[in-house]
Amino acid sequence: MAEPKTKYDRQLRIWGEQGQAALEKASICLLNCGPTGSETLKNLVLGGVGSITVIDGSKVEVGDLGNNFMVDESSVGQSKAKCVCAFLQELNDAVKAKFIEEYPEALIETTPSFFSQFTLVVALREANVMLIFARSYGLTGFVRISLKEHSVIESKPDHFLDDLRLNNPWPELRRFAESIDLDTQDSVAHKHTPYVLILVKMAEQWAKSHGGSLPSTREEKKEFKDLLKAKMVAMDEDNYKEAIEASFKVFAPRGISPDLQQILNDNRAEVDSNSSDFWGDGGCSEGSFIPSGISLLHSNLEFIANQGGGEAPLEGSIPDMTSSTELYVNLQNIYQAKAEADFLSIEQRVCRYRSIEDEFNSPILPELQKYLTDEDYSSVAIGFYILIRAVDRFAANYNSFPGQFDGGMDEDISRLKTTAVGLLSDLGCNGSTLTEDLINEMCRFGASELHAVAAFIGGIASQEVIKLITRQFVPMSGTFVFNGIDHKSQLLSL
Amino acid sequence: MAETPAQLSRSRDLDKLLLRPGNLIGANFEPGEELRDDIGKYAKVLVLGAGGLGCELLKDLALSGFQNLEVIDMDRIEVTNLNRQFLFRFEDVGKPKAEVAAKRVMERVSGVNIKPHYCRIEDKELDFYSDFSIIVLGLDSIEARSYINAVACSFLEYDSDDNAREETIKPMVDGGTEGFKGHARIILPGVTPCFECTIWLFPPQVKFPLCTLAETPRTAAHCIEYAHLIKWDEVHSGKAFDPDEAEHMKWVYNEAVKRAVLFGIPGVTFSLTQGVVKNIIPAIASTNAIISAACALETLKLASGCSKTLSNYLTYNGAEGLHTKVTEFVRDKDCLVCGPGVLIELETSITLQKFIDLLEEHPKLLLSKASVTHQGNNLYMQAPPVLEEMTRSNLNQVLFDLMGKTAKSILHVTGTTSKNDKKFSTLRKLRVVFKGVDGVTDMDTAGGA
Ligand SMILES: [Zn+2]
Repeated sequence: MAEPKTKYDRQLRIWGEQGQAALEKASICLLNCGPTGSETLKNLVLGGVGSITVIDGSKVEVGDLGNNFMVDESSVGQSKAKCVCAFLQELNDAVKAKFIEEYPEALIETTPSFFSQFTLVVALREANVMLIFARSYGLTGFVRISLKEHSVIESKPDHFLDDLRLNNPWPELRRFAESIDLDTQDSVAHKHTPYVLILVKMAEQWAKSHGGSLPSTREEKKEFKDLLKAKMVAMDEDNYKEAIEASFKVFAPRGISPDLQQILNDNRAEVDSNSSDFWGDGGCSEGSFIPSGISLLHSNLEFIANQGGGEAPLEGSIPDMTSSTELYVNLQNIYQAKAEADFLSIEQRVCRYRSIEDEFNSPILPELQKYLTDEDYSSVAIGFYILIRAVDRFAANYNSFPGQFDGGMDEDISRLKTTAVGLLSDLGCNGSTLTEDLINEMCRFGASELHAVAAFIGGIASQEVIKLITRQFVPMSGTFVFNGIDHKSQLLSL
Repeated sequence: MAETPAQLSRSRDLDKLLLRPGNLIGANFEPGEELRDDIGKYAKVLVLGAGGLGCELLKDLALSGFQNLEVIDMDRIEVTNLNRQFLFRFEDVGKPKAEVAAKRVMERVSGVNIKPHYCRIEDKELDFYSDFSIIVLGLDSIEARSYINAVACSFLEYDSDDNAREETIKPMVDGGTEGFKGHARIILPGVTPCFECTIWLFPPQVKFPLCTLAETPRTAAHCIEYAHLIKWDEVHSGKAFDPDEAEHMKWVYNEAVKRAVLFGIPGVTFSLTQGVVKNIIPAIASTNAIISAACALETLKLASGCSKTLSNYLTYNGAEGLHTKVTEFVRDKDCLVCGPGVLIELETSITLQKFIDLLEEHPKLLLSKASVTHQGNNLYMQAPPVLEEMTRSNLNQVLFDLMGKTAKSILHVTGTTSKNDKKFSTLRKLRVVFKGVDGVTDMDTAGGA
């Protein structure tokens, strides 16, 4: 047996032992193990999640061999859940893998006690269960997280926040900057003053002499840079060069961007506390996941409004920069302390997302209309979004998906068109239409699941699950719609 | 829902895309069973790398209807691969990746034939590469990408209007990942930018200035590199540092800790020491799955025309939310690699030896230890020894004669160049023009001999 630390080395470098411990505690349930769901679980089993439960009542058909790597010729006629589970177990013996040969829908309907008991156990322990919906359909598909609340403990953006608060320092940073003399005669000290401190001081000086405002016009910005240049006492002062390069951070408006502010305003919608089970009118509810081990909710947005004085929580890490060791280490401590203080106030907060029912029944109309007319994406992704919902409605009405069987294609095309138009009008988009091309393509797909598309969607779903379980990194918001035609996929907030 | 025969076929799902006409499709799409069977029988796809991306790619391609695959990888399986390279098990550690990966996929997907090559990509001759319909890159180094890009571009020919001849275009699909980020791209030499046209997308690695390491360390990495690059040599006069030697790594770690304590710098761990010294790139299963799937899908679309293709560069970032972006980069018209070739004017009297010497000084090439090929014939080969001996006698011969006395022709040269103090193999295409032959005017060019 391999030393787990060695086996997981390449991922421990990303989410650390805490993240790994969270993964190893998580139990994940997969409903329907088609290729999309199977691929999602594969990535999670490799990463070492605690346990998995695969629920699927179907038997392996020959057709499944063409798009699911987890079944092979010997599996035909056997329980799909059993075969997929067996392959997954082979990948990592540290994971507890089990399967239930039953249709999830049937399980919920006929023996709710069993299923709800399972959920309940999770719910009692963790106060929350999270769902991820993942589905592939021809050259399209989607991923949607459905959760009530989630908090990110450590978001680790891989670029340093442009937000070093150079133009809006908190008291500790300001005091530290005040202790530095930019006009020191000591040339070694002069060229080892970190640019962060240079900019904080210079910005403050500027604000004092400009009625509190910072450089904003082109001339003012140039003047500010010239002031920095004038401070240089030698040509080789890398710290001043870095300061000039980073001076745009001083010019940036204080506080959060208007975009973020918009999100903040939009996210006040109330959420139904009973999150939905399935998205769609039955049909293929391929790959729904219920990972447990998730409790708190992402709270950045409310933090900004309440505690941050208009700023997003501070990340705490600073980029490397020319500096003496002592000043750099002190500076790092000051940023770290601020980040920790910000974090403490974050954890109390909860941010709410729109529920999947809300999105389903009453999407945000202006957003929907904006997407439908978005030229950058030629509205393909939103078109697929509408059509994925339309094919489910189609299937409920006609007992099969459009183009699922050869023959009758023309009829299916016109029926799908009518269904899509009806759906759009139900959503409040009267008169909106989708292109004939896209409707034809959707019928051509005929509910097929291509392995490559399933692997892509499954990859995204598993990555989001990892982010949610480790509570590191920021999970996606909205619905990710895959556009397998030219890869102009889109994240929709509806 | 009754089952039709199509439901009973293993290509049940793929058939919808390959057998039915579509509206949003690529050029030359001719749906039908013949297309499906051709992809299975005649499309030959080469996968470079059987690592994180390669394992996924082989699976994805095998389940996308390709039945003739080959894979090259020079590495053996290590324990640290097992968190993502899902075709390998603990008992496979130490075995060649290419062989195990090929075997595992063939075991599970019947009808697929995968030929493994346990070697370096530079070990294969040009002819080997010319045989494939599409080359898919699951590589982790810039040098390897650069090399194979030059190989694919070497097949490219231009017509008299300087348009790429379609039948000489060798498509490549390239993927790469790091942590939660990745990219997938399509390279059609002569049509879309080649790897070299957009080499700026892969900036060279930052090296710490030695004075920072020696005088003003600030980060844990500075302390580690001090121990690794400065202290090691001071203490172990003459003994080279070996990153695979556990004792060496331990020593560097201990020294780095001492230095960190001295300067009050937090964060030196053994794991970080390994990471910095060996330049380990974090890698996870999900990102590899996403990028490989995108590459495999584009490969299927290129081979079949069943849909439009990515144009031409997809980036993925899942670290903060989820971002995908498609960028249409443009070719560098003056690219040395995918352009019509470096123009070199030569005297008809020049010998092969003199020509090879010239390549070393040519400002655009700076190519040392060159081997020279003309239309598939080896004029001079530096290695292997047998070939070197066989071709050595050509060195004193006149190049014009060796090239069949044609006024204009294409030569392929492979050799070593160095960039950022690092040596690597390079292949270049040269457009050789002999002065004063067949009405070729005696132009004065910078590249002239
Ligand atoms: Zn190029």
